[in-house]
Amino acid sequence: MLIIKNLNKTFFPGEVNEKKALCNINYHFFKGDFVTIIGGNGAGKSTLLNCIAGVYIPDTGSVLLDDEDITNIPEYKRAGKIARVFQDPLKGTAASMTLEENLVMALKRGQKRSLRKAIKEKEVKLFRERLAVLGLGLENRLKDKVGLLSGGQRQALTLLMATLQKPDLLLLDEHTAALDPQTANKVMQLTDWLVQEFKLTTLMVTHNLEQAIKYGNKIIMMDRGSIILDLNGKEKKEITVTKLMERFARCSGNSITNDRMLLSKWANVS
Amino acid sequence: MSLSFWLGILQQGFFFGIMVLGIYLTFRVLDYADLTVEGSFTLGAAVVSQAIVNGYNPLIGTLMAILAGAIAGTVTGLFHTKLKITPLLSGILTMTALYSINLRVMGGKANISLLRQDTLITYLQSWGLSKDAASLALGLFTITLLIFLLNYFLKTEIGLALRATGDNEQMIKSLGVNTDTAKIFGLAISNALVALAGAEVAQFNNFADVNMGIGMIVVGLASVIIGEVLYGLENFPGILISVVLGSVVYRLVIGVVLLFGLPATDLRLVSSLLVVLALASPRIKSRLKLTA
Repeated sequence: MLIIKNLNKTFFPGEVNEKKALCNINYHFFKGDFVTIIGGNGAGKSTLLNCIAGVYIPDTGSVLLDDEDITNIPEYKRAGKIARVFQDPLKGTAASMTLEENLVMALKRGQKRSLRKAIKEKEVKLFRERLAVLGLGLENRLKDKVGLLSGGQRQALTLLMATLQKPDLLLLDEHTAALDPQTANKVMQLTDWLVQEFKLTTLMVTHNLEQAIKYGNKIIMMDRGSIILDLNGKEKKEITVTKLMERFARCSGNSITNDRMLLSKWANVS
Repeated sequence: MSLSFWLGILQQGFFFGIMVLGIYLTFRVLDYADLTVEGSFTLGAAVVSQAIVNGYNPLIGTLMAILAGAIAGTVTGLFHTKLKITPLLSGILTMTALYSINLRVMGGKANISLLRQDTLITYLQSWGLSKDAASLALGLFTITLLIFLLNYFLKTEIGLALRATGDNEQMIKSLGVNTDTAKIFGLAISNALVALAGAEVAQFNNFADVNMGIGMIVVGLASVIIGEVLYGLENFPGILISVVLGSVVYRLVIGVVLLFGLPATDLRLVSSLLVVLALASPRIKSRLKLTA
């Protein structure tokens, strides 16, 4: 499905602040996988996602999606196969445009756009149905500007937009991190439901260890540009937050010093 | 104020309104401050005047002007997207280059007279209209047609992609739109409209001058902002109509200032102050509220 081969990416090569973001990453994602990716700040999680999405072109190595080498294909040309949800709820939608306009743009993801009128009766009906599933009452606000929605509503809308036209691969980059805990929970449940419903192959970067354990069928842990831990099957099912942190310390030779990961640990204790 | 005063306000408001629609497209829809305008306005005037003087049908000449404007916009777009030059500088570079190109188009002369030549306005006059009526009809017809076309275009699939490029580039890229192409396309349409405005203004004034584009960006921005502030509409076609009305109101302000006896050379000062005032109005309002 998605094969990552010997992927390397260095920022500012040869400069004082040179940073090796990805060091020889190899991984094989299978169809239907729901993989959660965890790791501290600067571990390379987002860089990996951005290389897959085409935001960054890796220095060496290759990315193969459905046996097609997409390593050097520009971002906008991959969009037909890959859908993304960003951390910032403001980044996934256009605030000055209406809900239906945003949705119809997502419906056309990766397709050729024409000079035909974008929104027709048929689309409106589809959007109403899909929005109703969210249970947020958005189905009655199709003509409202997206800027009027709350962060949680916008993130839910972005998720819906990502799955409106089934992607081969769904990339979630800490998409609940900017939301309050309650809203984050709701958005996460919606994510899980959409992934199951449409059998989406999904990569989810998260700082929330509990979330990483609860959802998905595989966990990858990254540190300083490498994959240091890869759990699936029984191992994944039996892992706990405490054990995960112990494994991290053993694999990286470091204890977890990342604030946000620590915070999520305390949140679990309390 | 006499009838001819109001007629003049409307005629100019409409002719320059064509340009305002173009500037609205870059400044608001694409979120791109495009200075190409100052060159492409003159380019439109230069192309149509040279075409008419050389015996071309004024309609053909006007279409050539539109095409020339589109090319100018495309060049700015290529500077910005392919060579990664900042938006402001890309526009300035094209604008500066256009000064020389415009002079070449005009055969090395600083102005071309269209007196006793066939223009779109004399065509309308041949149907029995007075010069004033013909000018007003031409301006109103062009504006109506453009608002209709733009309103349709901005709701098409490509139109939505263009608006999203100005609103949230990262998002629309991830939905598969080549935003470089979208920007070039938007700049081309915008400058095509500006050149059309230049072409009609030249036919209205019966001359083209190599310096007639100077200050046009401020005139355009003033009109866009006045339209937005006065009418507060956000939806299409409401906002398109607003900015054209903004252009009319701008002409009214200028007209009144002239009535008070200020020399025409002070107009650019007035224009700039008007834009500063309009841009600062939200801040001034909140200051007043704080002290009140």
